Amino acid sequence: MSANGKLKVGMYWAASCGGCDISLLEIGARILDLAQVADVAFWPCAADFKYKDVAAYPDGYLDVCFYNGSVRNSEQEEVARLLRQKSKTLVAYGACACDGGIPALANYKSPKAIFQRVYHDNPSIDNPEGIEPQPNFETPFGAVQIPAFYPAVLRLRDIVEVDYELPGCPPQADRVWETIQAVVSGAVPARNQHVRVGCGQKTVCDECPLEKREVKITQFRRHHEYRPEPGWCLLEQGLLCMGPATRSGCGALCIKGGMPCEGCYGPAAAVEDQGAAIIGALGGLLDAATEERAQELVSQITDPTGRFYRFTTASGMLKVHAQGGQS
Amino acid sequence: MSTVASEAAKAYRRVSVDPITRLEGHGKIDIFLDQDGEVAECYFQVPELRGFEKFCEGRPVEEMPRITPRICGVCPEAHLMASAKACDAVYKAELPLTARLLRELQYNIFYVTDHATHFYALAAPDFVLGPTSDPATRNLLGLVAKVGPAIAGQVLQCRAWGHEAAAIFGGKPVNPVNAIPGGMSKGLNQEERARLEEICRFMVEFGKFTLKLFHDVVLSNKEYVDLILNGPYLHRTYSMGLVDEKNRVNFYDGWVRVVDPDGNQLCRYAPHEYTQHVAERVEPWSYLKFPYLKAVGWKGFVDGKDSGVYRATPQSRLNAADGMNSPIAQEAYEEYFETLTGDRSGRTPVHHTLAIHWARCIELMNAAERALELVQHPEITHPENYRVVCDKTPSEGVGIVEAPRGTLTHHYVTDEKGIVRKANLIVGTTNNHAAICMSIKQAAQGLIRKGKELNEGVLNMVEMAFRAYDPCFGCATHSLPGQMPLKVRVRDWDGTVLSELSR
Repeated sequence: MSANGKLKVGMYWAASCGGCDISLLEIGARILDLAQVADVAFWPCAADFKYKDVAAYPDGYLDVCFYNGSVRNSEQEEVARLLRQKSKTLVAYGACACDGGIPALANYKSPKAIFQRVYHDNPSIDNPEGIEPQPNFETPFGAVQIPAFYPAVLRLRDIVEVDYELPGCPPQADRVWETIQAVVSGAVPARNQHVRVGCGQKTVCDECPLEKREVKITQFRRHHEYRPEPGWCLLEQGLLCMGPATRSGCGALCIKGGMPCEGCYGPAAAVEDQGAAIIGALGGLLDAATEERAQELVSQITDPTGRFYRFTTASGMLKVHAQGGQS
Repeated sequence: MSTVASEAAKAYRRVSVDPITRLEGHGKIDIFLDQDGEVAECYFQVPELRGFEKFCEGRPVEEMPRITPRICGVCPEAHLMASAKACDAVYKAELPLTARLLRELQYNIFYVTDHATHFYALAAPDFVLGPTSDPATRNLLGLVAKVGPAIAGQVLQCRAWGHEAAAIFGGKPVNPVNAIPGGMSKGLNQEERARLEEICRFMVEFGKFTLKLFHDVVLSNKEYVDLILNGPYLHRTYSMGLVDEKNRVNFYDGWVRVVDPDGNQLCRYAPHEYTQHVAERVEPWSYLKFPYLKAVGWKGFVDGKDSGVYRATPQSRLNAADGMNSPIAQEAYEEYFETLTGDRSGRTPVHHTLAIHWARCIELMNAAERALELVQHPEITHPENYRVVCDKTPSEGVGIVEAPRGTLTHHYVTDEKGIVRKANLIVGTTNNHAAICMSIKQAAQGLIRKGKELNEGVLNMVEMAFRAYDPCFGCATHSLPGQMPLKVRVRDWDGTVLSELSR
């Protein structure tokens, strides 16, 4: 804490979309309350501090630092290490920092295959010389550098010790505000490796307004091919909904917008693997008396890997680290 | 470093702007000065790649409108809509009128919010407070202090109501998921429509307020007008923008029209024809590609009629169109061209980079008027026609919208089950990548001169060159305060720091 008695806070974005930074702004006018008790000491999105400024801070200078985005390149790892050193409390903010998020879907592909598609093989490319971006490039005027692209997407906790994790893609404003209040007042759980905050202890099903009729799933459907009956549980109607395997906290927003849950709040409390959890949940919901029938039903789910692990590829038990040469 | 390169490099001083911390997290400019202290070369680097084009392979195509908004949490609606339109094409789905109205309405409301945030939080401080004013207060808070809290109240209300509207459409305000192949996941009831109309009416008033503010603050100030017209901010490039059947600006749907630097049409293409017109170059020093016009060809980082470099900005959209589809915006369009080219018709393009801000205000006005028109359409609340069920065999499709930062193209190829086999994306800011590099270099060359003090104000004026594009270097451009943290170090060839600037 600084001379003016205010907390020093930081926010950083790594391999992310900017939605987390927007979600922090979504707390709206409450940000003025935050300004009463805290000074921003690093927030590239909104304030005028540089890596060099952060490097010059004493260790532990930042009372709280939120880190959003996954780790896809060398610069993001370096900043993660720097911020760990400079922060008393380091919070992984959002699905990408917690579990890899959508960028970690790239872990099913090799960097070589990614470069091949992006820079060599797509309908609008014009690259006869086969140029690829280079971490270090000699120009006639001097060398210019960009960070090295890593073999796989990592979570923040794969790089440094994390104190708390705040899930969601992005975290919802009210949960963010509750978390900030808890951190400011010290009413947070005992610090431990990746304790989840800013979320519930139940699942999205517990927040869902739709009616469960306790009927079994007779068919899996795709949402563009089927007009669901209003008011009735989407999963029971055969639309794959991640609600039973997803942590509560969002308020079932997507479902209120007419879409099934896609699982962005990550695994429920005390669950390690969200994909395994939905498989377990589906086991009890299928209208299948025989293994063959169960097989038939499950085979109707398109891209189970990409849907069961949409936000948690970097965390699941089926952790994938594609290497060069695979597709 | 090879011996030859290092020998050659000794002749240059490097000015590093590192990092520009608002380009999806990271960005960097290296300016090389020759022995006379003049700018010899300039590298603007994008150090970011996530590889969506590859990892979307294998995903069911109907999931793309939920996955791709995560490319950018600042303008997720743009990806949502482009993706849903590509999916419509993949499934050959004919959308009912209500579905089209709903999508365009949601998109125009988003446009108002997005343009407003950029203009007030980022652009206005440079003009209201001055390009070389104290950097500590050259931000939205300083702007509020100077012109009073009423403006801030309007901007915050615009943002808050914009997000409320997004929640009415699809539940989730950031990274929405409600556009699907064949339409929308949910329709509007009367109560929701009434609230949206209230929001749209406010936005129309907000648009008028914004145009007036631009007049009062920028156009009434001779110094700023001189900076716009005569500063080092001018590139005569091709202009790209989406137009409707009457060649008026449309953000959601239509044809991509490109005009040359003199205003003559080069091409007007439907989304599925994009590969005939646009190609992308790769440079070894940046992860981001460089699109150009195929019919003209890539001639390097130069402007003019013989160079395939084009721009896709609010200004480009006005240049590429014959007018606007709403009355107040049309009036503003005519005034804009009359002031800048002497020709009210808009047939003579505007090329002054800083005038992009004015064009953005006109688009904001247009989006608000268009939204108000759409929200009153009698079909907008139809209980069923917000979607159709897709039943045709999927194959291939392209969807294009105008993202606030440029023409956005999504192209998917699927198998017969609708699983993505190939995805290609040309994203808003990418269109302007070459032009942004050129604008930074031009501003640096015009402003950093031997014997002229290299101070913070100069730096900010270099920065204004790319700020005009509202590049999606991240939501910095959409947040408080709207100020770029920059650090410039002037180094000798051996790395010795000669001078350092920061703010």
